[in-house]
Amino acid sequence: MHHGKPGRVLAALTLAAALWAPAALAEEPVFELTIRDHRFQPATLEVPANTRVRLVVVNADATPEEFESHELNREKVIAGNSRATILIGPLDAGTYPFVGEFHEDTAKGTIVVR
Amino acid sequence: MSATAIIVFREVLEAALIIGIVMAATSGLDRRGLWIGLGVLLGIAGAVLVAFFAEAVASAAAGMGQELLNAIILFIAVVMLGWHNIWMSRHGREMSRQLSAVGKAVRAASRPISVLAVVVGVAVLREGAEVVLFLYGIAAAEGGEAGSMLAGGLLGLALGGAAGALIYFGLARFAGRYLFAITGGLILFLAAGMAAQAARFLAQAAYLPSLGHRIWDSSDLLSENGTVGTLLHVLIGYTARPDGIQVLFYCVTLIAIGGLMYLFRAPRRPAA
Repeated sequence: MHHGKPGRVLAALTLAAALWAPAALAEEPVFELTIRDHRFQPATLEVPANTRVRLVVVNADATPEEFESHELNREKVIAGNSRATILIGPLDAGTYPFVGEFHEDTAKGTIVVR
Repeated sequence: MSATAIIVFREVLEAALIIGIVMAATSGLDRRGLWIGLGVLLGIAGAVLVAFFAEAVASAAAGMGQELLNAIILFIAVVMLGWHNIWMSRHGREMSRQLSAVGKAVRAASRPISVLAVVVGVAVLREGAEVVLFLYGIAAAEGGEAGSMLAGGLLGLALGGAAGALIYFGLARFAGRYLFAITGGLILFLAAGMAAQAARFLAQAAYLPSLGHRIWDSSDLLSENGTVGTLLHVLIGYTARPDGIQVLFYCVTLIAIGGLMYLFRAPRRPAA
């Protein structure tokens, strides 16, 4: 955590979130995606159906990226050289494409739910 | 048109349309340019700040700081928009009469124009932070191409501004005496759409249950990626594959603001 730097607002946010913490956040299976040279690795990721999973997106590029998927109903900005957690599901079986909105021509991937 | 211009345009569009609608909704008021300009400036300053602390925001609240911040910003806007509409349902007709009688410069000291300045500020803050991050990424990393891509960014900004100007001048020119009725309707649906977006961010962070994924799927009929879908998403909160919680927040917001507007509506004109 980077306390202090961002000041009081963030501290208050963190406190609010701690008091209002969702149950069972740590129990979901974790899957990792890496962004390198504006591409997702792996480009296809298989996750179980009807289960909530934690998607950890590691941005190895120096530039920020926005993970976006209308199919998954998710969007999240990931700063350069950092990581972000995105909770997805529980989902029905099927394929769910996603893109990195800031480099949409190369940053494409699919989540296959089985 | 370059990819950069399209991305910046898409990000800027929502804030630009909100500014256009707010400008129309405050037609004829003293110093509205000052208030709205102040909202835009503070929004830009906030956007730079949020972009600068993006990593700290993201790691706050157990990694869900970004979702929480987005939801808070959206709910602030919803409350302010609702407040404005309820106020207008009481005083709008009288203002409309003054506006057409005097021409312009209605002096309405109690008019909550500052409330709409806050809406403009938070809209610019939210969308602007992503633009700042995106442009910073280009400037930092793309080397030789940075110049042309920044030009694309400026083009996108200009196009977004043009869309906002279009809705403003369209309303100002053609809405006539129905101006406040139309801006009131636009603001009501704008607020409902923002509440649904906020609910989605809270569901994304698991602070709220999703109440079912894909309550419907109208993406074949009207894609959110297309021009019409994007516009409808911004203006009335259209979502092709909503979660249940989004539909719930949308309906509750519509009913709550609409109901309060009805309850507080101006009494019938007294017999003269």
